Amino acid sequence: MIVNLNINNQERQVEIKPAERLIDVLRREGFFSVKEGCRKGNCGACVVLLDGSPVNSCLIFAARCEGRRIETAESLGSTENLHPLQKAFLDEGAIQCGYCTPGMLLSAKGLLNENPHPAEDDIKKALDGNLCRCTGYVKIIKAVQKAAEAIGKTR
Amino acid sequence: MDELCVVGKSIPRPDAWDKVMGKTRYVDDITLPGMAYAAIYYSSLPHAEIKELNIAKALRVPGVLAILRASDIPGKNFIPMIKEDWTFFAKEKVVYPGEPIALIVAESKDAIMDAWEKISVVYEELPAIFDPEESLKPGAPQINPIGNLLSLHKIRTGDLELGFMESDVIIEGVYETDYQEHAYLETQGALAVPGAEGGMTVYGSMQCPFYVLKGVCMILGLPQHKVRIVQTPTGGAFGGKEDMPSLFAGLAALAAWSIKRPVKLTLDRRADIIMTSKRHPSRSYYRLGAKKDGTLMACEARVYLDPGAYATLTPSVLWRCCIHSCGPYRIPHVKVDAYAGATNKVPCGAYRGFGSPQVIFAMERQMDKLAREIAMDPLKLRAMNALRQGDSTVTGQTLPWSVGLEECIQKAAEASRWEEKRSRYPAEDGYKRRGIGCSFLHYGVGLGAAGSRIDVAEAYVQIKPDGGAVFAVGTTDMGQGMQGVLTQIVAEGLGGIAPQQIQMLPVDTMQVGDSGPTVASRATYTSGNAILDACEKIMDEMKKGAALLLKCEPSQVRAGGGKFFQESAPEIFYTFAQVAAECSARHFGLTHTGYFKSPDTSWDSETGQGKAYVAYSFGVQIAEAEVDMQTGEARVLDIWAAHDLGKVVNPKMAQGQIEGGVVQGVGYSLMEFIALDGKGRIQNPSFSNYIIPTSLDAPLVHSEIVESVYPEGPFGVKGFGETPLMGVAACVANAVSDAIGRDVDKIPMLPERLLEKMKG
Ligand code: FES
Ligand code: FES
Repeated sequence: MIVNLNINNQERQVEIKPAERLIDVLRREGFFSVKEGCRKGNCGACVVLLDGSPVNSCLIFAARCEGRRIETAESLGSTENLHPLQKAFLDEGAIQCGYCTPGMLLSAKGLLNENPHPAEDDIKKALDGNLCRCTGYVKIIKAVQKAAEAIGKTR
Repeated sequence: MDELCVVGKSIPRPDAWDKVMGKTRYVDDITLPGMAYAAIYYSSLPHAEIKELNIAKALRVPGVLAILRASDIPGKNFIPMIKEDWTFFAKEKVVYPGEPIALIVAESKDAIMDAWEKISVVYEELPAIFDPEESLKPGAPQINPIGNLLSLHKIRTGDLELGFMESDVIIEGVYETDYQEHAYLETQGALAVPGAEGGMTVYGSMQCPFYVLKGVCMILGLPQHKVRIVQTPTGGAFGGKEDMPSLFAGLAALAAWSIKRPVKLTLDRRADIIMTSKRHPSRSYYRLGAKKDGTLMACEARVYLDPGAYATLTPSVLWRCCIHSCGPYRIPHVKVDAYAGATNKVPCGAYRGFGSPQVIFAMERQMDKLAREIAMDPLKLRAMNALRQGDSTVTGQTLPWSVGLEECIQKAAEASRWEEKRSRYPAEDGYKRRGIGCSFLHYGVGLGAAGSRIDVAEAYVQIKPDGGAVFAVGTTDMGQGMQGVLTQIVAEGLGGIAPQQIQMLPVDTMQVGDSGPTVASRATYTSGNAILDACEKIMDEMKKGAALLLKCEPSQVRAGGGKFFQESAPEIFYTFAQVAAECSARHFGLTHTGYFKSPDTSWDSETGQGKAYVAYSFGVQIAEAEVDMQTGEARVLDIWAAHDLGKVVNPKMAQGQIEGGVVQGVGYSLMEFIALDGKGRIQNPSFSNYIIPTSLDAPLVHSEIVESVYPEGPFGVKGFGETPLMGVAACVANAVSDAIGRDVDKIPMLPERLLEKMKG
C-alpha cells in the first residue's frame, strides 16, 4: 500500500507493507538518525516528532501516519545553521556515544514546542522516556535549559 | 613545559557535529548491495549434550541462504582470548543458555525469524551448576574443559595471624553483588564484506579491533594480512564490546565467506542481553583488624566471582579485583584469595571497573562498620589510613608520585558539608530518612603486570602540504571521547595548531600496528604517548624546513601557537601551514609512526606481590540518600565525586565521564537486576524490566577534579574513564545503611530487599 507522509517538510509517497512500523519505513527511506535501541517503546532512541509531538516510531504503524507531518533529527539544522538545541548540546558537552542524541533532541524540541520555558523538573519529565547510558543526563538537561533561554532571546 | 595551547581546554569534540545532526552512521545504518542478514540460534539450556541438531526444515524456508554450524568453519572453532576454552559454536554440549549453536543466514530478517522456529535440537540434560563457590567443591559437575577453577589470584603480605593478634577490633562481613548489564544504547553488530583475493573486511561496533582481527583470522583460517577490521562509530561499550565483538564479527565473517556476499549480523536488545557478557556477580568474605585508634592492621579476604561458563576475560578481571580488594589503604598484614569457579551461565566479562566495584563495595562497607565499632567518623578513619606519596600498597609497590587522594578527601568533604550532615542525620525519624556515606578508591591505570605484553600503542600522523593533519591510532572511541582528547594531544604535539585542522581516521587494523585493547582507561595515556612520539619526529623535520625559511639552525627554531620562530625574535614567524608547504616542496617526509610501550611492571603470582600497575588514579565519593521507610524505596539525592586523574585534557569531557559513570553506578546500586529462572535463563531481557536510570532517577552529580600529574603520561595524563562508577555502590550502600540504621551488605538495594532488612 501507499501512504503519503510529510517527512521533514517534504511530501513523499511511500510504498509500505500494512503492518510496517514507522521506524522501519523511515530508515528504509534513508533517515538513519532514527535509531533502534529496543523496539519496545522503552528507550526513546527512535523518537520522531509527529505533528510536532514526540512519539516512539517503533510503536507506530506507518499506515497510521497518512497525511501527517514527521520530523527527524536530519531536519533540525545544518552545520552553518544549527538549531539552538543542537548548538547547546555541542557547547554543553551533552554528547558522548551519540546513539541517544537524535531522540533526545526531538523529545526536547517537542517539550519546547509545548512549553518554551520549562523548569528543570519539566525537562526531566519530558526526557524520562529517552535512555542515555553515557552522560548521566546532567549535561543534556543543562543543554535543554540553555537552548530554551537562547530561543527565548530570539523571540 | 611551555604553556599549553589546546590541552586543558574544554573544546567540543569533533565527532559531536555529525552526531548532533543525525549523520553518524553506526554499523546497523550501513546497507550494501547484495547484503544478507544473519542471526545466531542459541541454546535454551544451561548444560546439555546436543544429541541432534535438525536444520533441514529451516533450510527450506524461502529466503534462507545457509545455516552454518561448527562443522562449516574453515578455520578453528576457537575464539582467542586469555585461555583456550571459548568457542564460536558450542561443541558437543552447551554450557550456558544463550550459547551459539548455529547461524542462520537469509535474505531478510523475516526469513530468519521463520527459520529460527523450524530449527530443532534434541538435548540430553546434564546436571548444572549456578554458584561459583559450589562449582569449586569436590564432586561438582565439571563444565569447562580446563576445569571449573577458571582463575585464581592472591595477595600475601606481612603475617596475618600477627596482624589480627595485634588488632583491638576485628570486623567480619559477607557481601554480595549481582550482575550488571552494560545496556549500551547501540546493541552489538558487525558487517562482513568478502574482498578480492580471498580477503575479508569486517566493520563493527567494538572496543578492541585487534582482538577481533585474531578472532576472524581464526574462524576463517586466514593470515592477518588478508583480514581488515574497521571500527564503526560505537554507541557505547563500557567493557561490553571488549571480548564479545570477536564472536559476532567472526560469525558474520563466516557467513560472508560462506555465501560470498556481504552479511550483517546485528543483535536486537533481547538477544544482546541474553547472549552477551555482564559484570561478574560476587560473594566476598572479609575480616578486617584495627587498633582502637583506627590504624588498620590486617585484612583477610576470600572473593568469589561468578564467571559463567567460559574464561573469556575472567582471569584479568579477577586479577584487577584481587589487586584492588583492600582499598587505597596502608595495611601491613594481608591475605587475599580470589577465585572464579565456572557456572552454567552466560560468560561474564569486562565492565567499567573490571572486577573492582564488587570488592570496593565489600571493603568500604567493612570500613564503615569498623568506624562504628570504634566510634570514629568514617571519613576520618579512611583518611588516616589512606595511601600517600611514598607509601607502599598491599602488593608492596611504592608510590613515588601522583597520589592525589588527600586532595580528593578535602574537596569531597568540603563540597558535601560532610561533618554537618553526618552529625545531623542520625537524629532523623519519620517516613523518609536521609543518610550520608562515603567511599575511597584507587585504580591501577592501564593493563598492569597481567597484560604488560600487550600494553603497547602505535600512532600514525601525517601532515598535508596545506598544513592539515590526519592521524590514526589503534585504540577506539566508543563514545567516551577519545577522538576529541587525542585530537587535542595531536594539536598540542604539533606546536599548538588548531584542532579544526586535524582529522582522525577510523580505526583500521590495516592502518596501524596492534595497539592492544581499548580498556583499562588506557587509551589517552598509551595512544597519547604514541602520538607525541610521532609528532616529535614530524616536528624535527618541520624545524629543518622552518630553519631554511628563518635562515637559522634547526636547533634555534621554536614552535608554539601554531607558528615557528626563533626565540630571539618571536615576531618573525612562519605559520604551520607555510612550513608544511615548504617541507612538502623540498620532499621532507612528514608522515611518521609513533610508538609507546608502557613502563615495566612486575607480578609474582606465588608471593602475591609486585609493581602491579604503572600508576594509580584515586577518588573519593560521597552519597546522600533518602529511603522511604514504608515502600523500601531508596533514592540518591546527591553525589560528590572527587577524582584525581592526572592532567585533564578536556575538563568538560572529564566531567561528562564522571557524571555518566556515577549514574551508571547508581543503577548498579539501586535498581539494575538480572532475574534468572531455575535453569540460569535470563527472565528480563528488555528495558521494560531490566531497569536503568532515567533522567528522573539521576541524582545531582557534583564533580571535583584533582590533577595530580603522572610524569610518564602525555602532559601528565593518567586515565580514569572507569573510576567514577567504581565507588558508587559502596558510598550509596553506606548512605542507605546510615539512613535506615541497618547494615546493607547486598546490592542492588531493591525496595523489597530493603523492606526485608528493616523488618529484621
Ligand atoms: S526503539 Fe523505540 S523506544 Fe526503543
Ligand atoms: S550519549 Fe550514549 S547513550 Fe546517550
